[in-house]
Amino acid sequence: MQLCGVTTGVVRVTNVDDVTVIATESLSKRFPRVTALDRLSLDVGPGVTGLVGANGAGKSTMIKILLGLSPASEGRAEVLGLDVATKGAAIRERVGYMPEHDCLPPDVSATEFVVHMARMSGLPPTAARERTADTLRHVGLYEERYRPIGGYSTGMKQRVKLAQALVHDPQLVFLDEPTNGLDPVGRDDMLGLIRRIYTDFGISVLVTSHLLGELERTCDHVVVIDGGKLLRSSSTTDFTQTTTTLAVEVTDTDEHPDGTRAVREALHARGVEVLDSTGGLPGAGHILLLTAQGEETYDVVRDVVADLGLGLVRMEQRRHHISEVFTSADASDEQQRKEAVGHGG
Amino acid sequence: MAVEHPVAAPSGDQTRIHNIGYRSYDGPRLGRSYATRSLYSQSLRGAYGLGRSVKSKVLPMLLFVVMCVPAAIMVAVAVATKAKDLPVDYTRYAIIMQAVISLYVASQAPQSVSRDLRFKTVPLYFSRPIETADYVRAKYAALASAMFILTAAPLIVLYVGALLAKLDFADQTKGFGQGLVSVALLSLLFAGIGLVIASVTPRRGFGIAAVIAVMTISYGAVSTLQAIADAQGSTSAIPWIGLFSPVTLIDGLQSAFLGASSAFPGAVGPGNGEGVVYVLAVLGLIAACYGLLLRRYKKVGL
Repeated sequence: MQLCGVTTGVVRVTNVDDVTVIATESLSKRFPRVTALDRLSLDVGPGVTGLVGANGAGKSTMIKILLGLSPASEGRAEVLGLDVATKGAAIRERVGYMPEHDCLPPDVSATEFVVHMARMSGLPPTAARERTADTLRHVGLYEERYRPIGGYSTGMKQRVKLAQALVHDPQLVFLDEPTNGLDPVGRDDMLGLIRRIYTDFGISVLVTSHLLGELERTCDHVVVIDGGKLLRSSSTTDFTQTTTTLAVEVTDTDEHPDGTRAVREALHARGVEVLDSTGGLPGAGHILLLTAQGEETYDVVRDVVADLGLGLVRMEQRRHHISEVFTSADASDEQQRKEAVGHGG
Repeated sequence: MAVEHPVAAPSGDQTRIHNIGYRSYDGPRLGRSYATRSLYSQSLRGAYGLGRSVKSKVLPMLLFVVMCVPAAIMVAVAVATKAKDLPVDYTRYAIIMQAVISLYVASQAPQSVSRDLRFKTVPLYFSRPIETADYVRAKYAALASAMFILTAAPLIVLYVGALLAKLDFADQTKGFGQGLVSVALLSLLFAGIGLVIASVTPRRGFGIAAVIAVMTISYGAVSTLQAIADAQGSTSAIPWIGLFSPVTLIDGLQSAFLGASSAFPGAVGPGNGEGVVYVLAVLGLIAACYGLLLRRYKKVGL
């Protein structure tokens, strides 16, 4: 409530800056047959935070607990400084939620639906109308907002779902798999929108996905959970520093009929390791994958390609799939275990 | 107030922002009870198709007209023939029109709750300040109010007509009051039964069929058994049999306490002792319906 008097998004952001938005302490949720969350301790600051995990990793369970709708079996959690066990209603007044599944009645228009949802969040009728018009415009719905939702495309429906989560100007939104079912362009639009929710609107975001790649681009901080356990929690800059892989593609010339091989050899000569990239896919042989050791790697690639007189078609950062995080985590676990055994023996 | 932000390179026509910055909201947030009232009024309007498509207005409006027309005709006859009394008691009217009332509750109860289940809108409600009990109360109150409007409107027509025909004022007012109490109980009872059945299924069709089945089958069975009991001369069993269908429950209750003449065979209504059982049964059923709805929505959650 102490933030209510603050008017502009920007001021609010600085106010919230040193506050922990979400904090959990050995949070567990056990169902009769499965353990959905296993002693999870987290601290999430303001900004866009990604919650990544495979299907069934406990992401949705976590959101339910944070909304105060499902009691934790063990441990505690706070959202915006409010205890989820006792202050559920107060939390839900300040938080928005976009579910993973369809949740829109097809026979009403987006405007009517979002106005109703705004009133359900406690906004007076006039404010509900104004905020609805604003919010729908911000998520990119214009004339079509007066038509029944039944005729919308998946992308438009996702925007309506997002609008109903934002219409009451929450301090934090939970977005559960917002890019599900969208085509690549729709995905990029949605990710851009999510980024703007924090940068332009000043609303902190917790977004879940099973794709680490797309969250890396959007989030300030990524939390990876698997089987209800915390696998990794770090800012995205850490992530990219440790995991950047470069993909390089070059043209062939008369002088170097196989440009790719020429570059590979030249890079090898200069001490840059080229990963085995064939992978059996057609065309994969034309793309070189190499680990970037830092800024200088980019320069080396540029110089090598220029010296050979080849054209540089692409040089891009490759994003890792969630599975790679899992495998690397497993590998380090293995190593620790071996060390432990070694010490024990 | 608005913070202007430079537009980022537009990534497509749809996501372009026309440089009107985001405005945060710092007005009042009216909280739980306001949200519950909003849900109540939205559901009540929805029960007559208001704020919904033209198609969904047809049936409730039609049933409303069908409920009122006979009352208007009776009034016209009473005025024209200068009758000493209305052709039908206030308390009797709803019993005569029970088919229309059942049809209304069968069509609108699923409309009210099955839609939210089917399109999974329920989680959106519960991610907001309202609690399960608020949702149930708002939905229950809305349908009961809608049914009260449906059943009380013809009584008002009768009452106004009776006064126009210069029938005895005290007499008519007493009858009208008894009629209102009776249809209020009927509305609560029917709405509760309808909602409990409809909240079990996300399919509207099933909901409609199930409500109609429960209403008509129970009434059919009870009145058949009552007729058999009457034919065999065991008149004392008739009131007890009447406890097993919603319509006869209301009928029995009002003939015991609200001065109505019973529609039971041989016009054998329950006496005062049996009447208490009727009252307990009606109130118990209403409470049970509310309890069942609460239990049901505890499970639905997110």
